[in-house]
Amino acid sequence: MQLTVWTYEGPPHVGAMRIATAMEGVHYVLHAPQGDTYADLLFTMIERRSKRPPVTFTTFQARDLGKDTAALFQTATRDAYARFEPQAMLVGASCTAELIQDDPAGMAQAMGLPCPVVALELPSYQRKENWGAAETFYQLVRTLADKTARPAPRDGRRPRANLLGPTALGFRHRDDVIEITRLLDTLGVDVHLVAPLGASPADLATIGAADFNILLYPEIGDTAVRWLERTFGQATVRTVPIGYAATRAFVAEVAAVAGTDGAGIGTTPGTSNLPWWSRSVDSTYLTGKRVFIFGDATHAIAAARVARDELGFEVVGLGCYNREFARDLRTAAALYGVEPLVTDDYLVVEEAIQALQPELVLGTQMERHIAKRLRIPCAVISAPVHVQDFPARYSPQMGFEGANVLFDTWVHPLVMGLEEHLLTMFRDDFEFSDASGASHLGGSSPLPPAGGVGGGPVELAAATEVTGPPLAPPAGGRGTWSPEAERELLKIPFFVRGKARRNTERFASEHNLTTITLDTLYDAKAHYAR
Amino acid sequence: MTPAVPALLPLPLPGCESAPVLRERGQREVFCGLTGIIWLHRKIQDAFFLVVGSRTCAHLLQSAAGVMVFAEPRFATAIIEERDLAGMADCNEELDRVVDRLLARRPEIKLLFLVGSCPSEVIKLELSRAAARLSVKHAGITKILNYSGSGIETTFTEGEDACLAALVADLDSDTRAAPSLMIVGALPDVVEDQFLRLFAELGVGPVHCLPARHAGDMPPVGPNTRFLLAQPFLGETARALEDRGATRLDALFPFGAEGTTHWLHAAAQAFGIDELHFRGTIAPARERAKRAIAHSRERLAGKRITFLPDSQLEIPLARFLATELGMQPVEVGTPYLHRRHLAHELALLPADTLISEGQDVDRQLDRVRATRPDLTVCGLGLANPLEAEGLTTKWAIELVFSPIHGFDQAGDLAELFARPLRRRDVLRV
Repeated sequence: MQLTVWTYEGPPHVGAMRIATAMEGVHYVLHAPQGDTYADLLFTMIERRSKRPPVTFTTFQARDLGKDTAALFQTATRDAYARFEPQAMLVGASCTAELIQDDPAGMAQAMGLPCPVVALELPSYQRKENWGAAETFYQLVRTLADKTARPAPRDGRRPRANLLGPTALGFRHRDDVIEITRLLDTLGVDVHLVAPLGASPADLATIGAADFNILLYPEIGDTAVRWLERTFGQATVRTVPIGYAATRAFVAEVAAVAGTDGAGIGTTPGTSNLPWWSRSVDSTYLTGKRVFIFGDATHAIAAARVARDELGFEVVGLGCYNREFARDLRTAAALYGVEPLVTDDYLVVEEAIQALQPELVLGTQMERHIAKRLRIPCAVISAPVHVQDFPARYSPQMGFEGANVLFDTWVHPLVMGLEEHLLTMFRDDFEFSDASGASHLGGSSPLPPAGGVGGGPVELAAATEVTGPPLAPPAGGRGTWSPEAERELLKIPFFVRGKARRNTERFASEHNLTTITLDTLYDAKAHYAR
Repeated sequence: MTPAVPALLPLPLPGCESAPVLRERGQREVFCGLTGIIWLHRKIQDAFFLVVGSRTCAHLLQSAAGVMVFAEPRFATAIIEERDLAGMADCNEELDRVVDRLLARRPEIKLLFLVGSCPSEVIKLELSRAAARLSVKHAGITKILNYSGSGIETTFTEGEDACLAALVADLDSDTRAAPSLMIVGALPDVVEDQFLRLFAELGVGPVHCLPARHAGDMPPVGPNTRFLLAQPFLGETARALEDRGATRLDALFPFGAEGTTHWLHAAAQAFGIDELHFRGTIAPARERAKRAIAHSRERLAGKRITFLPDSQLEIPLARFLATELGMQPVEVGTPYLHRRHLAHELALLPADTLISEGQDVDRQLDRVRATRPDLTVCGLGLANPLEAEGLTTKWAIELVFSPIHGFDQAGDLAELFARPLRRRDVLRV
C-alpha cells in the first residue's frame, strides 16, 4: 500500500475515458461501481466540456455481486449501443470490477455487437492514467486502422502528416493543435488527421494514408506511433515544439521528413517575441532565478530547456511523476547537473521543494498547493490541472505563440522587472514595503516579517508541523541566529531573503559556526557572490 | 380570545405520502460515500480519514475536493497495489505500516477512521478487525474506528450516515434519569450555534451534537436521549441510536421557516415546553426567515423544478420550495427513500409530483428534456451538459456544503435556487 495525500495520475480507466471523450463516434462501457461516475465531472466541470463523456458505467452495487453483475454489464452494453449507435465501442473494467473478474472482453465478444469492439485490459493496481490513455489509443489504432491504406503518390501535392497524442483533459492540447496546424501550413504541410482529439473511428481507419506522423504528446501517443512505424513504415517527428529553440528544431525536423523548405521560418522578426523579450533589458532581473520543475516528463524536460536557455533561469530541481519516461528525464537532469526526481509521491516532491527553496516553481496543480503554502511564486506547466488551467483565451504551449505564452505565464508570478529594484531602493516607503506585498500578488497579501522564501516563521512553523521535519534541517535551527543578524536579514528584500537565509545557514554549517552573527551573514554573502 | 396559533403544518393532503414511486435501476450519477469525508474532516477537527482503496478512490477524493482544500487535508488514501492483492496477511501488515507512518507524521490525530472502499469490500479486507488491532496498538493516543464509504454499499451522503453510526457504537452510556436532546448530523458550526442558542432560550436541555467538533467531546447516549435528525440521510445512525435506547423525535427537517419551526417544536413538545413560550421565543427568528425568503419568492413562484438524485436532501428541499416559495416540483429523484423519516415531508409535496428512487440517468435525462423544467438540480457531471442544452441548473453539491439549515439560512437557501434563474436573465451572451 502507498500512503497518498494527493495523486498525480488517476487510474488507467480515466486515461481510457480521456481517449473516448476526445474522439467522436466512440462509446465506452465501463464495468464499475457507482462512485466511479465522479470521473464525468473531470470533463464537464474541470475542462468545461458541454457534453457528457461518452461513457456508460454499469454502476453495480453490493447486492448485485456474485450473480447479477455479468448480466448488468451485458444489459448496459446493449442499451448503450441502442441509444448511442457508436461507430466503435470500448469495453473495460475499473479497479473494483477487475477484482470481481466478470471478463467484459469475453462478454462483449459473445454479444456480437454490429460495430468493432475494443476490449481494454487496464491493470488498475499496476498502472496509471497516462499508461491507460496510451494503451487505449494504441488498441483503437491497431483495431481500426485500414492496413491497406497508403499515402497517395506525391505528384506535386503537399505532404500530409498525422498529429498524434492530444486528448480530452489535456494541458492546452486543443490550443497546441491549432498552433501546430498553422505552423505546418506555413511549412507547406497539411494535416491529414488529428487523433485522438476530434477523430472518429472512420478517420482512424485512414491513418496509414499520411506521409508521416508527428508525435506531440509521447505519454499518450508513443505506443501507437511505434506500431505505425512498424506497420506502415511512417516516419515520426519526435521533437516536441515547446519553446522557441525546440520549435525551430521541430520545423527543421518536419522539413527534413516532409522534403520541404523550412529554413526561413521563425527567423523573421515578429514570428516569436520570446527571443527579444528575453534579451530586453527589463528581463535582466530574470538572470539566475532558481527554478524547480516538476510535471509529466515531456513538459518538465521542455520547461527545463526553456527555463535555462531562453529565460536565463538556473534549474535547481527537475522531476517527473511518470516512471515510463524516467530515462528521458534522467538524461535531461544530467544536462543541468541536478538530481533527477522520479516519483509519484507528493510528499517527496514537497520535501524536495522545501529543501531547495527555489525562487520559482514550475509544476502541476499539486506543486501549486505546495508553493502556495511556502509562498513561492508558481506557474503550472503540466497536468494534473485545475479549472483555471482551462482558460477562455487562446493559450497554446507549443509553437512560436506557445513560446510567447510561456514567457508571459512564467515571468508573471515573479516580481516584475524594475519593481524588484524599487523594492530595494524604496524599502521604507509603505507602498513598497514587505508588509504590502508585491503588486502582482494582488497588493493585499501581507507577508510575514521574516523567514524562508517570502515565508515567515509562522508559515514555516505551520508547514513543518504538518509535513514533518524538512529533509535537511538548518544547521543549528533558527535559534542560532543572533538578534542582530536576524534584524539584518529582514532588511533583505523578501524575494531573495529565503536564498540569503539558506546560504548563510549552509555557510555556517560548513564552517562549524554555532551562532550566526552579522559578520557570518556578510561573509556568506561574499562567499556566494557570483 | 384564542391566541392566533399558526398551523404548524400548512394544510396537507392530498400529498405524496402514499404516491407510487418510480424505482429505477441503471447508471447512477451519484458520488459514493467516500465524498462525505470532504466535509466530515472539517467538522471533526482532530479526526483523520484514511481511505483503504484504489487509485480511483484517491483520485475521486482530490477531484471532489480539489477546489476546496489548499492545505494538506486531514484525509489520505492507502492505495492498494498489485502485491497487496497477493495475500491477505500481507495486506494487513501493509495497512499497519501505513497507519504507523501516518500517525508518526500527524501525531495530533485523536480519532482515525479507516474507511472501506469498493476494492477493500470486494477483497473482504476486514477493517473492523484492523481498527480493533490498531486501537490497542495506539491506545491512549489515537482511537481508531472504521466504516464503509464504498460505492457498492453507499451513495454520497450515506457515507456520513455510516461514519456517524460508527461513532454511535463508541459513545459512552448515559444512565442519567433526566432527558437530554441530541442533534444528529454534521452541521456547520455557525448553524449548530444558532440552534443551541434557540434551545437554550426555549429551555430545552441539555443539548448535545453528534458529531462533536472534537473527538473527545462526543455525547453520551442512553434511554433518556431524545434525538432530532438534522439531515434526512441518517437512517443507519438513527437505528444505531434507537438500538442504544434513544428516541427519535419525528419532525420535518429544519429547512425554511416552516420546517425549522416544526423541527424545534418537536423538541419543545418532548421537553414539555409551554406552547406560548415556544411561539414567543421563536417568533423573531421565524419572521426574519420569512422576510428573508420573500424576495426570492417573487422570482421562484410558479417555476417548475426537477431534482436528480444526489444527496437525499431532495424531498425536504422540494417541500420547502413548494410550500414556502410556490415552486412546482416536476420530478423529485432521490438515491434512496426513507419513507418513515420523510413521512411529514412527503405529505406536503403536491400530489402530482413524480417521486423517483434510484436512477437510470439516460432515461431520467430524457424526462428532463421532455418536461423542460425551469430549474434542474443535479450533480456536477450533468450540470454543464444540461446548460449546453439550454436548461438552467443548480449544482446539488452546494446544498450539501453550504449552511442551509435553520431560520437564519432560509434566505440563503432560497437564494441558491433563485441565483441560476437570475443569472440566466441577466446574461446577454
